[in-house]
Amino acid sequence: MGKNIFKRKEPLTDTQLLMSITICIFLVMYLFAMIFLQGGFLHAQQIFDMLNDNASLLIVSCGLTIVMIGGGIDISVGAVTSLVVMSCVLYLNRGGNLFVSILLALGIGLAFGLVQGFLISFLDIQPFIVTLAGMFFARGMTTILSVNPQKADHAVFNALKDTKIEIPWLGYVAKNGNLVPARIELGVIVAFVCVAVIFVILKFMPLGRHFYAMGGNQTSALMLGINVKRTRFMSYILSGLLSGISGYVFLMHTGAGNATNAAGMEMNAIASSIIGGTPLTGGVGNVIGTLFGTLTLTTIKKIVVSSGFNDPWWQSITTGGMLCFFILLQSIVLSRRGKKKA
Amino acid sequence: MQEDTLLQMRHIDKRFPGVRALNNVDFTLRKGEIHALMGENGAGKSTLIKILTGVYQMDGGEISVEGEKVSIRSPQDAQKGGISTVYQEITLCPNLTVSENMFIGRGKGAWVKHKALEKRADEILTRLGIPARSSQQLGSCSLAVQQMVAIARAVDMNCKVLILDEPTSSLDDKEVNMLFTLMRDLKSRGVGIIFVTHFLEQVYEVSDRITVLRNGELVGEYLTKDLPQVELVAKMIGKELDELSDLSESDVHEENFNEVLYEAENLSSSDAKPFNFSINRGEVNGFTGLLGSGRSESVRAIFGADKVTGGSVKVKGQNVKITHPIDAMKHGIGYLAEDRKRDGIIAELSVRENIILALQVMNGIFKPISRSEQEAFADEYIKALNIKTASRETPVGSLSGGNQQKVILARWLLTHPDYLILDEPTRGIDVGTKLEIQKLVLKLAEEGVSVTFISSEVEEMLRTCSRLIVMRDRHVVGELKGKDLNQAQVMKTIAGGEA
Amino acid sequence: MKKNVKRFFSGGLGQLTIPIIAILLLVIFNLIRDPSFFSIGIAHNSDGNMVLAGNLISIINGASELAILAMGMTLVTAACGGQDISVGAAAAIAGSVFVKVLKSSGGNIHGGLVVAAFVAACIVAVLFASFNGTLVAVFKIQPMIATLILYTCGRSIAYWINGGATPTVSSPIINAIGSFIPGIPIPTPVLIVVLMAILFRLLFHFTSLELFTQSVGINGSAARLNGINSTFIKLLSFVILGVCVAVAGSIGVSRLGLINHETLLLDVEMDTILAVAIGGNSLGGGKFKIGGSIIGAYVIQMLTITLYAMKVSSTDVKAYKAIVIILLVVIGSPVVKAKFSKFASKVFNKEKKAVVKGAE
Repeated sequence: MGKNIFKRKEPLTDTQLLMSITICIFLVMYLFAMIFLQGGFLHAQQIFDMLNDNASLLIVSCGLTIVMIGGGIDISVGAVTSLVVMSCVLYLNRGGNLFVSILLALGIGLAFGLVQGFLISFLDIQPFIVTLAGMFFARGMTTILSVNPQKADHAVFNALKDTKIEIPWLGYVAKNGNLVPARIELGVIVAFVCVAVIFVILKFMPLGRHFYAMGGNQTSALMLGINVKRTRFMSYILSGLLSGISGYVFLMHTGAGNATNAAGMEMNAIASSIIGGTPLTGGVGNVIGTLFGTLTLTTIKKIVVSSGFNDPWWQSITTGGMLCFFILLQSIVLSRRGKKKA
Repeated sequence: MQEDTLLQMRHIDKRFPGVRALNNVDFTLRKGEIHALMGENGAGKSTLIKILTGVYQMDGGEISVEGEKVSIRSPQDAQKGGISTVYQEITLCPNLTVSENMFIGRGKGAWVKHKALEKRADEILTRLGIPARSSQQLGSCSLAVQQMVAIARAVDMNCKVLILDEPTSSLDDKEVNMLFTLMRDLKSRGVGIIFVTHFLEQVYEVSDRITVLRNGELVGEYLTKDLPQVELVAKMIGKELDELSDLSESDVHEENFNEVLYEAENLSSSDAKPFNFSINRGEVNGFTGLLGSGRSESVRAIFGADKVTGGSVKVKGQNVKITHPIDAMKHGIGYLAEDRKRDGIIAELSVRENIILALQVMNGIFKPISRSEQEAFADEYIKALNIKTASRETPVGSLSGGNQQKVILARWLLTHPDYLILDEPTRGIDVGTKLEIQKLVLKLAEEGVSVTFISSEVEEMLRTCSRLIVMRDRHVVGELKGKDLNQAQVMKTIAGGEA
Repeated sequence: MKKNVKRFFSGGLGQLTIPIIAILLLVIFNLIRDPSFFSIGIAHNSDGNMVLAGNLISIINGASELAILAMGMTLVTAACGGQDISVGAAAAIAGSVFVKVLKSSGGNIHGGLVVAAFVAACIVAVLFASFNGTLVAVFKIQPMIATLILYTCGRSIAYWINGGATPTVSSPIINAIGSFIPGIPIPTPVLIVVLMAILFRLLFHFTSLELFTQSVGINGSAARLNGINSTFIKLLSFVILGVCVAVAGSIGVSRLGLINHETLLLDVEMDTILAVAIGGNSLGGGKFKIGGSIIGAYVIQMLTITLYAMKVSSTDVKAYKAIVIILLVVIGSPVVKAKFSKFASKVFNKEKKAVVKGAE
């Protein structure tokens, strides 16, 4: 029995399998765009633009991925992002301190995480209802703060906002002969740091593994000696905190607060996580997958626009189709594997 | 003796709404002993264990480990106190790897060192002879291996008290022996093992001491070698075993059947290999074989519970197609599934709704049974089968295991089946109800109902069946009837000796 | 009496405890705040009909679409253990189809055409619902994820149906559906809710759908082995929801006399799920009470109207609504309930002891 233990290479785990599928599809899709649509897709700036525009989406998706791995759901993330944007703009415009504004963003996110996490973990209330209420509350508070759009008017902040990292060798030569270097906003760096930190937490820290255990089988996790309530609490705190960060990054990208900011972001974030290989069933998933999920979602929208389907409805119809494709694919792949095991 | 005491539970009380689950129960476990905890369903075994593992809080009494009083409020507390449990249902996470399942929830450091843990896990697995690899996803292992991983986890936690709650119910003989070797090994290292099981032979094979509970009260503690099996059963059910002799074997082995009710040729399903099978009107026959031999899969194929892939079926001489449960039901076949919780009861619905469910399905969705009729049916069967329930509107999930099983039996009897398949109807229920069910089977047969009876206790089958189909490795390997129908011959055929 | 109070607090009313408490609290609050809140008057509307008017009427009227959707959602929740988050988007599609058919005749809207338009809306809504249902029942995808697809693109499909326009329809018939039938003082949508509720009652009386749905929702595997076709039951629940969506969409369009794909029944999916939950139904499926969900819908609407009456702007309402929702679910949460009933039994026991002592 013991002989063949080390011989065979392990088959991929569910998480690895789903993530690999997403990465492959993303690469194929992007290659397709480079070959047939050319244009912007040939420049590195295209990817950077996608990242610049979606850094905050990526951050909330990471938070959502954590919650979803733990078997929960958080639909307040978009609204919290919006509330953070509005609060920070108003604070900065009153001559506030930049550093304090960052703390404010983190504080709002953390507060939502704490309250929602407490209600869900310790009072056993369904996460959908709690975070739905959280979403209503954050959206309502945003309009109470200001119904009108507010533009950030703060010298230090604007300087920070306009800081971009330029990478000349990834740039391209424009039609007029000038070299346009590739530009990355600070928000993207923040997003990547978030992805990296969460990747490490999920993979190498006990807390992260506890998220997987809890999402895989809650009763088992309890029996294995994991403090399920605390673990679930932590997942919502992380998600709330990331929503706070996302709000600040959103503000650094747009430089203005608006009541309709980040509208529908929660659903985009759920879509990114699912496409990235984190099904809502819990216990499976990875933030690297989520990164590619976000990229896939953005790329498909760009491809639709570049292909000449300019009517406003095409983008979301394609997104829906894409989502449908991935959901079906994952369901079929996972159920086939399930059958093989039995 | 006193200094050998490892775990002492004294005057334990536990009440649930309306029930006194444990009443002043004492339990003592010594170092290096295997202590069987015995009792009928509802005796309070699982409650006692759940108190010990921190799932329930006791209402009164005290627990001490190695002489020190402890308070156990959660599974973590129990683990810290050196008390580990391996449950009947696998309580591991199938989405994690084997090594993670062994070490999760125990680490102290800030980091999970996957490589180091996997190496250590492999060492333990090899030492215990468990056929799994540490980096494998647990969900890809068989159930038996998953169970052994759970034991490996407990072993590695240097537990002082190891609780094995029905650990052998999903293992085959070889695996059971492996487990016993492991248990003896642990015992020699001074671990105290609490062993809960329904298999009497296993108790006598491996345990040193037996504690018997009945109706939430302590009956007594005995040395295994001083307590004959018959007496043990008597203590468990609280009455002498005269009743068992009611069912003498001679009653059932007559063969004057004249009508073949059901006949299958080369029937196969996604889970069952092709087999032939037939049953006469009024006959009781059984499938036997070890767990995993394909006996349950075969009857599931008869009922259309799994995807039927081939073969021809005749009911009362007519060629019919049975691919879904509803087809089988329409041809007068009923099926009581092996796993009562998963495939039988609708826990939150009332006894009444559970009883009329199958009949309602057969009537179709557009012909609902009126409320008054439903109540009449429910009352009739609650009385006929002596179902102990507060009322017909009580959720069936709150009944005891034996009574739940009776509700499901009532459900099928109400459809007035010609052919009833009972897969492990007596598993995990008390001895009294077991007898009632066996008697019922014989009564049904007298009334002309054909019954296929499956039980892991061969004796039970010998008492009720006039013909046994023996399966091994998913194939029918023999059919026993008449004078061949005895324990020795059955064992021989199952084991693969000369028939 | 004391026993009743005790039973009440320990959830003796079963799953209707929360919605009934909620309604009572809101009524008491409004009575204190402004006793005239509940006055019902008779007014002449723009067509010169005598109609009922007042806050209560606008609550009951305004909750119509929500109540209808909540009925269907309860069934889906019970059978599938999850929710359809695409009902708002699907209602926009149904509304668009409704208008498209009405517009096809070139302005001459007669009764037959309205029926045809409604049937068309029903067919389209049921088709989309079947798509959702197939994903859930056949491919075994969680309802929330499966319906996320239509949620994402539904309103765009609605936009596309009318070619990016927001056409208006005006006709006495449409007006009658959306507000009042001449001669009847009760708003038509309310009558439609009553009609739908009766239809559901009849459906449960003349079929075993309730038993089968609960069986599938509680234990799918056992239901299958008892011959219930759970795929069919789940699909059927979505189809029934589809019909509800078409009815709600048509009412919504008739109220305004136009289809706006962006705003028609916006965010209604969230309110609908909330109505189901406030109604005491488990969002995890299983046992259900449609009546609870209907009451839940009125609780939500009453809350909204109360807030409007307190001069809260429509955009800010959400924040207050959220607080009330949280309060409601906290009161209803099993943990708090257990603590509360423990506390209550302590208090009552103490009193009992005191009484006994006094007797001595």
